[in-house]
Amino acid sequence: MNNLIVSPTALAFAVILVVIALGINLHEKIGLERDMIVGVIRAVIQLTVVGYVLTYIIKVDRVWLTGLMVAIIILNAAYNAYKRAAGIPHAYAISLLAISVGTLVTILLLVLARAVKFTPSQIVPISGMIASNVMVAIGLAYRNMNAGFHDQRQGVLERLALGASLKQASAHIVRAAIRTGMAPTIDSAKTMGIVSLPGMMSGLIFAGVNPSKAIMYQIMVTFMLLAATSIGSVIACYLAYPQFYNNDMQLVR
Amino acid sequence: MANIFELTNVGFTADGKPILTDINLTVTAGEYITISGPSGSGKSTLLRLLATMLTPTSGTILYDGQPQNTLPKPEYRQAVSYCFQQPSLFGETVRDNLAFPFELRGQAFDEQRALAALNSVELPDAMLTAKITALSGGEKQRVALIRNLLFLPQVLLLDEVTTGLDAETKATVHALIERHHQAGMTILAVTHDETEIAAASKLLTIKEGKLVANHE
Repeated sequence: MNNLIVSPTALAFAVILVVIALGINLHEKIGLERDMIVGVIRAVIQLTVVGYVLTYIIKVDRVWLTGLMVAIIILNAAYNAYKRAAGIPHAYAISLLAISVGTLVTILLLVLARAVKFTPSQIVPISGMIASNVMVAIGLAYRNMNAGFHDQRQGVLERLALGASLKQASAHIVRAAIRTGMAPTIDSAKTMGIVSLPGMMSGLIFAGVNPSKAIMYQIMVTFMLLAATSIGSVIACYLAYPQFYNNDMQLVR
Repeated sequence: MANIFELTNVGFTADGKPILTDINLTVTAGEYITISGPSGSGKSTLLRLLATMLTPTSGTILYDGQPQNTLPKPEYRQAVSYCFQQPSLFGETVRDNLAFPFELRGQAFDEQRALAALNSVELPDAMLTAKITALSGGEKQRVALIRNLLFLPQVLLLDEVTTGLDAETKATVHALIERHHQAGMTILAVTHDETEIAAASKLLTIKEGKLVANHE
């Protein structure tokens, strides 16, 4: 396990990589330097805090504490998805429901199938992995849905005028939004092993686990993410599209 | 003939600005009414209120004797069909557009009926599979019109549908409207076109949001 230890000196050297990225950004006038610095500082602080919190939670091994940590992850993921909704009414509640169902249903199935144990060292990281993927999927779906209703406004009005229900008038936009939300997960699944050696598998190999066993875990993670992003995107999109209309079935956003 | 629409003191205000004020109007089944007036006077708003694409902020609209706002919107909009001035065709082909009214009603697409509709506006059978991006403005407008007419609505609301069309296409559209009027369809058309005004049984004039003239 010694090969897993990254010394503070090594981390300090890694900062050079951030400086290179910042240099390119400044030279090319991309304008992301503030976001990059905030991102790096937040990542360091958040990961340090969560490292200590996880150490404590794993040590005391209490069900309620594990549940609380999962709840915090889901609440934060819902908040971040909501921020990408750009004004869709009730986006926080919708995101919370979609991420909760996507995450909890997937974890429940994994626990029932005995693929993972209900211990903090397994449940907390897996919840984070699932919730963050669902969060990204929902955020992309919201953005695509907003763009769809904006760009195809006349087409939606035509469908409504012909007597379509809200679902019939919006189906093409909802389908496109779900596809967009799920695209990163599907693309990642397609290129797995030939382009990327993903996080879970890499982590296990780093930790000295036999790669053939690490693969089994990665396959499980891939299935789990496909299921969770699919459930989350479908719930979020089907609850979000009616928010574009009023009670008189008129397009208002 | 029975009254198909009865409007009592209908008004519409948007962002605090009155667009239509105190419209009182009765439309009898089978009438062909044209609505004219300066641009921005509220003509299209009146059609959109009848189509339930907008909701009146005051007054009442009765359709077939029943308050319009109590009727289920999809069924109402299938019976009172609104055609836009600049229609948008959706999907990829003309077929996608003509299949949509069948889909709304849970029916299988009837190709013969779609072809007959295309032919009724001087469009060939081959047009059914044409990409919508390859269509001219006049062809798009005719496809949009027959998309509204495939299931013969009770009322047809036309919002300057012949504006910008060439004389030949206009004549085809006028003939189509006239055929449906003769068959008993109620038609309300916002227009500046003299031929349409001459063909109508009644002419309404709207100015600054008010109905100022109602000629038989």
